[in-house]
Amino acid sequence: MIALLAQVEIRDRAAEDGCVAGNGFCPGWIADNLDRYLEPFWQHVYLSIVAVVVGFAIAFALALLAHERRWLVGPIIGITGVLYTLPSIAVFFLLQPITGRGALTALIALTAYTLLILFRNIVTGLENVPSETKDAARGIGYTDRQVLWKVELPLAMPEIIAGLRIAATTTVGLATLAFFAGAGGLGGEIFADITFKSNVVFAGGLCLALAILLDVMLLAAQRLLLPWRRAVAT
Amino acid sequence: MTSSNTAQAEGPDAYREATTLELRRVSKTYPGSDRPVISDLSLEVGAGEICVLVGPSGCGKTTAMRMVNRMVDMTSGDILVGGRSVRARPAAKLRREIGYVIQQIGLFPHQTIGENVAAVPRLLGWDRRRTEARVDELIALVGLDAELRDRYPAQLSGGQRQRVGVARALASDPPLMLMDEPFGAIDPINRERLQNEFLRLQGRLRKTVVFVTHDIDEAIKMGDKIAVMKVGGVLAQYASPAELLTAPADEFVEDFVGADRALKRLALLRVRDVDLWRAPLVREGEPTAAARARVAESDLPYPLLVDADGRPLGWLSERDLARERVRAPADSGPEPVVDRDAVLRDALADILQAGTQYAPVVDGAGGAVGVLSIDVVGHFLAQGDTTEESPSARAGVDP
Repeated sequence: MIALLAQVEIRDRAAEDGCVAGNGFCPGWIADNLDRYLEPFWQHVYLSIVAVVVGFAIAFALALLAHERRWLVGPIIGITGVLYTLPSIAVFFLLQPITGRGALTALIALTAYTLLILFRNIVTGLENVPSETKDAARGIGYTDRQVLWKVELPLAMPEIIAGLRIAATTTVGLATLAFFAGAGGLGGEIFADITFKSNVVFAGGLCLALAILLDVMLLAAQRLLLPWRRAVAT
Repeated sequence: MTSSNTAQAEGPDAYREATTLELRRVSKTYPGSDRPVISDLSLEVGAGEICVLVGPSGCGKTTAMRMVNRMVDMTSGDILVGGRSVRARPAAKLRREIGYVIQQIGLFPHQTIGENVAAVPRLLGWDRRRTEARVDELIALVGLDAELRDRYPAQLSGGQRQRVGVARALASDPPLMLMDEPFGAIDPINRERLQNEFLRLQGRLRKTVVFVTHDIDEAIKMGDKIAVMKVGGVLAQYASPAELLTAPADEFVEDFVGADRALKRLALLRVRDVDLWRAPLVREGEPTAAARARVAESDLPYPLLVDADGRPLGWLSERDLARERVRAPADSGPEPVVDRDAVLRDALADILQAGTQYAPVVDGAGGAVGVLSIDVVGHFLAQGDTTEESPSARAGVDP
């Protein structure tokens, strides 16, 4: 573990110009070394997206369960809340004896962190559906299942997407620690030479870009899927 | 609007027959409570009638209505729609055959107006063409602009949303409609308009309607029959509006309809139902001698100046008849002018509001047909007889 954090240098200082030797921000060096970030970047994308998708599937199932059995909301918030507050580095190490080093360990931890946000947003979204809308839907002959899928869930979509946006951006950030679990990702590159500005800024920038990209995609999905949200009195 | 042949076949002239509704000794007690909210309620509603459930809050009128489409389950008794128990089939199926309008309307905010109206046809699995044609037809039927079809509910006014609510309830052409304070959240001016529109629609569609309100004036205006309910879901009186006003069953009903029930009877009548005064109509340029003769044989001391088509222009005074020919303009305008099809109460209100004693009455074309005076109304009330008309007839739709 100490070895992991120990100062490593990823460049041949002697062979490089003054910028690199001085730990500066060197566009030339970045352009020459792009390919070293490619694999960690894709690992990062993989970890973030899989964690959010799996987290969403679990949170969604839990939310539907709690929607029918209201008393479950409290306990589920409690448990996912505890998961959320566990220090992530500790979890990465604690899980290793059970699941070993690698993507699985990282994914379990990252997924666990998305649950609270996603569950709470889905439940809130469902709760905020106006009761008269549900009453009217039942009154004109929607079955309970149709009320859920055709009225409640579509109307909960703004909150659900808001939850996904928060979950996606925080997961991209947390995934920088996944290399502690041996799952790679951009965090590994950042820590590989943490004194070298070119490296830290570029690897960090890729994380930021990924977070923004996911956020913009979700926002675009919201605008595309929810045209009624933009409809206001004219 | 173009409509295909299939749409015409299902058009307003070919609506399904209304159905009868019967509540048989229905009771409702919520679990954990020993006081029933509905006690042994029996009601029969004829096909095509509007039955208004009215009473103070807590009287169970909404509960009674919601038991009909099983939004609330009754504890005992039975409800028959067209002779068939509402418990004979699954609740969701039953509800698709019963129109449902609530005060908060409950449109689906995530669907366009067209999609909202199409909700029940889609549940019933109608094909696209039939649904589309039906939506166009209903949007026109409730008096909405066709271009609103692709808007969302948030873009509409309260009155427009209420019309969409009614259109959605009518979509499958249900023989029975349930309406829970449908105009309660609308401002008074628009409420009056929507009430009249609904009565006009009812004149054409002849649905059986259960209409819940806490407003006795609305009940009198809308109901063929009125069920006055007391707290605990007890039926105090079930009668026609006129009977309710002339012969309240007990003190509770008497209090509920109000001390002004004599005046309320005016809401059941139209101007044309009372004996109007003949008006001395004169035209500009007429010989005054003829005009004087007409004043002498009429009930009024003043001649009413009318134009070439008989439309009132204003009142003339003695002075205007001093010359050889009738002179214009009139001393005072003809206002208020009342329509012969107007509800008597509204006409009287117009006269009192204007601070006059009488008003010219005009027909549909605007021609003067007589004069309504406060004396006429007073005389009429003293007589105490009330001829009855259906609410939609009062709204001016019957042939």
